[in-house]
Amino acid sequence: MVNPALSGALADATERALAEAAIRLPADVLATLRRAAAAESDEIARSELATILKNIALAEERQVPICQDTGVPVVYLTLPPDVPLTPAIYDGIREGVRRATARIPLRPNVVDPITRKNTGNNTGVGMPAIHVTAGDRLTVTVLPKGAGSENTSRIGMLLPSQVAEIPRFVAETMLIAGGRPCPPVFLGVGIGGTFDMAAALAKEALLLPVDTMDEYEQEICDAVNALGIGPMGLGGDTTALAVKVKRADCHTASLPVAVNVQCWACRRATVEVER
Amino acid sequence: MIDLTTPLGDEVLDLRAGDRVTLSGTVCTARDEAHLRMIEEGIPFDPEGAVIYHCGPVVQGDRLVVAGPTTSARMNALTGFLIDAGVRALIGKGGMGPGVVEQLRERGVYLALTGGCAALAAARMELHGVYFEDLGMAEAIWVIEADHLPLTVGIDAHGVDLFEAVRKKAKTQFYQRFNI
Repeated sequence: MVNPALSGALADATERALAEAAIRLPADVLATLRRAAAAESDEIARSELATILKNIALAEERQVPICQDTGVPVVYLTLPPDVPLTPAIYDGIREGVRRATARIPLRPNVVDPITRKNTGNNTGVGMPAIHVTAGDRLTVTVLPKGAGSENTSRIGMLLPSQVAEIPRFVAETMLIAGGRPCPPVFLGVGIGGTFDMAAALAKEALLLPVDTMDEYEQEICDAVNALGIGPMGLGGDTTALAVKVKRADCHTASLPVAVNVQCWACRRATVEVER
Repeated sequence: MIDLTTPLGDEVLDLRAGDRVTLSGTVCTARDEAHLRMIEEGIPFDPEGAVIYHCGPVVQGDRLVVAGPTTSARMNALTGFLIDAGVRALIGKGGMGPGVVEQLRERGVYLALTGGCAALAAARMELHGVYFEDLGMAEAIWVIEADHLPLTVGIDAHGVDLFEAVRKKAKTQFYQRFNI
């Protein structure tokens, strides 16, 4: 049974979340960027970071997206006990993406993987990606993901004996990436689970607050920053702004590790659905 | 700060990697699909002294909403014919491969625009035309008039590549830290 009211409310919430994410960075992301800009010692890097902060202010002032790569929509939905998961939920989110694309506007980025034909509205087969979890409230969280950084992400099926080599794997990911993912980056690291779970955890890690790190995350972050890649690969102290780790238990013979690279524009927003 | 105006000429040969410059005048956006189309059908604008901008903007009607740089390395193997035709500068982010560094020698430069800074870039740009619009918003060639676009010389006309120098240092640091 399709519930048109719920579908409409979800479309509204999705559109609002996508507008918020495209135009304004979350407070924790902005604070982390400002802290890095104040601490940077390299002259070109300081100038790059100043340009980034100026761009963020300008996007808000002009109410336009921060970056022209407005990404593909990745959606995390929490469903309270009284809302069943029905096709109307998916329809509502897809409608919200179509509306946001036309109104904000967002760049239509979604294409057929083989023919490369653009769907024109950022929806398509499997797009938007919608992840559902049980929760207390009905909320839509969006994480628009640009391709520059997504393309340098990496997964490794490490050996159980290689636990100590996880920081090296993460640093190596940035060594290979260089300036391509628009550093300074945020790195979501998924450790454990299965092949697919590690990747999902890495992306979910980007939803965690980035203005604090535990000791392990800081150790990895320091290893990445020692590379000196710097903002845009032009050199400097600031290559990674933060590393966030999410874990799951795994098979005794496995150690999946995934690194989801996110450019400095770690765009995300959560909107509660009005119903 | 050095101010450049299109069409560009031999003044680009005086630039050094690391120089901060501004660019005013006409730039043409081009990404993967536009390069492939130009190789097949020819360059639809006058390439002499021209500037290519690796960018897929957000356009609404005739309004350039935002227009930051895309990853230039994707065009590594597709760029030589443009420089041969007289293009003097490439604008993008992340740098390009050793092949392009050689193609630019004594001819042109690669200018780095801060990645993600699409609102700032668009604030200094105006839309003037379009070629290959059938390729879609991201892949079409948009003709843009730029006003003092702030850039850093990433690769100069003498084979100096700022990105490669940083990459080399990063490799050394990596090997040292992890004892490889």
